[in-house]
Amino acid sequence: MVGGVIVVGVFAVALFSAIDDFLLNRQLITMLVADPYETDRFARLLAPSLEHPFGTDEQGRDIFARTLYGTRTSVVVGLAAVGFASAVGIVIGSVTAYYGDPIDMIGMRAMDVLLSFPSILLAIALMAILGRGLENVIFAIAIVYVPTFARITRSEVLSEKSEQYVGAARAMGYPDTNIVSREILPNSLTPIIVQFTFSMATAIIAEAALSFLGLGVSPIHPTWGIMLSGARQYITSAWWYSIFPGLAIMVTVLGFNLLGDSLRDALDPQQQRDAEGRM
Amino acid sequence: MSVLNVENLHTYFETDRGQVRAVDGVDLEIGDGEIVGLVGESGSGKSVTALSVLGLVDAPGRVVEGSIEYDGRDLQSLSDAELGALRGSDISMVFQDPMTAFNPTQTVGRQLHDVLRTHESGPVHPLVRLFGFDHSKEYKKRVIDALERVGIPSPEERYDDYPHEFSGGMLQRAMIAMSVLCEPSLVLADEPTTALDVTIERQILSLFRNLVDDLGTSVLWITHDISVVAALCDRVVVMYAGKVMEEGPVESVLSDPQHPYTKGLLQSVPRYDEPDRELYVMEGSVPNPIDVPSQCRFADRCPEAHERCFEAHPRLYPTEDGRAACYLAEESLAMEEKL
Repeated sequence: MVGGVIVVGVFAVALFSAIDDFLLNRQLITMLVADPYETDRFARLLAPSLEHPFGTDEQGRDIFARTLYGTRTSVVVGLAAVGFASAVGIVIGSVTAYYGDPIDMIGMRAMDVLLSFPSILLAIALMAILGRGLENVIFAIAIVYVPTFARITRSEVLSEKSEQYVGAARAMGYPDTNIVSREILPNSLTPIIVQFTFSMATAIIAEAALSFLGLGVSPIHPTWGIMLSGARQYITSAWWYSIFPGLAIMVTVLGFNLLGDSLRDALDPQQQRDAEGRM
Repeated sequence: MSVLNVENLHTYFETDRGQVRAVDGVDLEIGDGEIVGLVGESGSGKSVTALSVLGLVDAPGRVVEGSIEYDGRDLQSLSDAELGALRGSDISMVFQDPMTAFNPTQTVGRQLHDVLRTHESGPVHPLVRLFGFDHSKEYKKRVIDALERVGIPSPEERYDDYPHEFSGGMLQRAMIAMSVLCEPSLVLADEPTTALDVTIERQILSLFRNLVDDLGTSVLWITHDISVVAALCDRVVVMYAGKVMEEGPVESVLSDPQHPYTKGLLQSVPRYDEPDRELYVMEGSVPNPIDVPSQCRFADRCPEAHERCFEAHPRLYPTEDGRAACYLAEESLAMEEKL
């Protein structure tokens, strides 16, 4: 419930900043707070005040406005990367599970190879090869999450595959693609949806980490990771510079995690029954 | 004229512990408009026989040997696509538990509708479907007709209900409607009444009888319940440990069984007209299907076993109006010839 509210809020802020930036030329945010791109050398590293609720950075830019605008990158990267990863993972997982060996063997060993790298290291390596840029960040993070979705889908499809309605569908002469897409997958979606939400949270952290390391999107864009990276030098003198983008990350990730938890409780009656049984 | 002719079918499963001979040389013939009962204990290979006919035996199982002829066509020589086109339209199957045989995420009407779309419309371009220029309306009407025919009240309203909103009996009716939707010439019914209570069972049996009479469909009725066979079937095939033990017209097999296994099976059915008779219990248990010995499968449990029975499994010998895989049948055959 709380998670849902936070996530809806995050999406709303992201949507607001996207519309404001592309369609309204940042008029709205300038009117409300300040232009997130406008530097002011007379207002460097100002503490939070009414004029600058979150303070300003070393170039005199308003941190509140930049934090709001940073939401956009996190949400876009998170959604696109996890969306891409889940699409690819679901296809790989269902094909490997449905057709069994040897396709299963080959597909799953390929996933094992990807899983054998520490995820952030793999993303860093991919970014080093691909270079900076929004689409590269999305791609690098997506690759890291493909095996997770492939494995979850595979295990679900494997267990659904032996259900009688799948046998009935085969006895009715349905083509394999229909059996997988219409019979098996709709019955396997629950854990995939839950994993999607949790992966959003970790993908947002991964995006921030890449940006923090200077491997993310172009540094002119305000993102939480880039802001944190800039704040590092001033951490002892200007606490607000690192606290607010950090809080934004924390609240967003917490929101997605809470949403994932409540989705799991709502969608998985088995687990719910277990939880009640323990009480 | 026979719809289905299975000869010498062997379906084996390769497991870590050895080869399981689930179906080991089964002959089965189903005539036009005939209801054949396939009786046997759990694990006797009844269901695997049906799945072998449809080509649905999954790895590690495999049809090792034998021929399956449907309507004069060798099913094993067909491609996957050809076999897929046959399944559900020419040969369909009814499953044991209707509650699990429907996809829980789609309405019952939709699932019946899909059968027609798969087998009758051919490839329809998505754009055509988007604008509704396909056979959806006609199909919906046919589905509703089919639901009505199997005795589902107010089928228009039930069309949009999900499987969990149906009772078991109603769902099995819907399953039967689904199986005869494309007017198949053969229905494989795998214990379709086992999951239902007895009153519903009777209704389903008479429903099937009527459908067979109306449509001229042949049915292979798999069951372990001899009383169902007596009530419904024309002919009965008794299976044991992957082999056919006896076959023949229902009346003669049930009244005058030739095989000791059939005799034992019939004596272990409680009968209301002989309340004081003690129920017969067969000695021993079903043999391990792994590494089967070459002796008669039933020899270890057979009260009439003699030396020959431990040498080799007997082939099917003709009896008065059927066949039995027993040396006793051969002996009485030889006696008759002498006379």
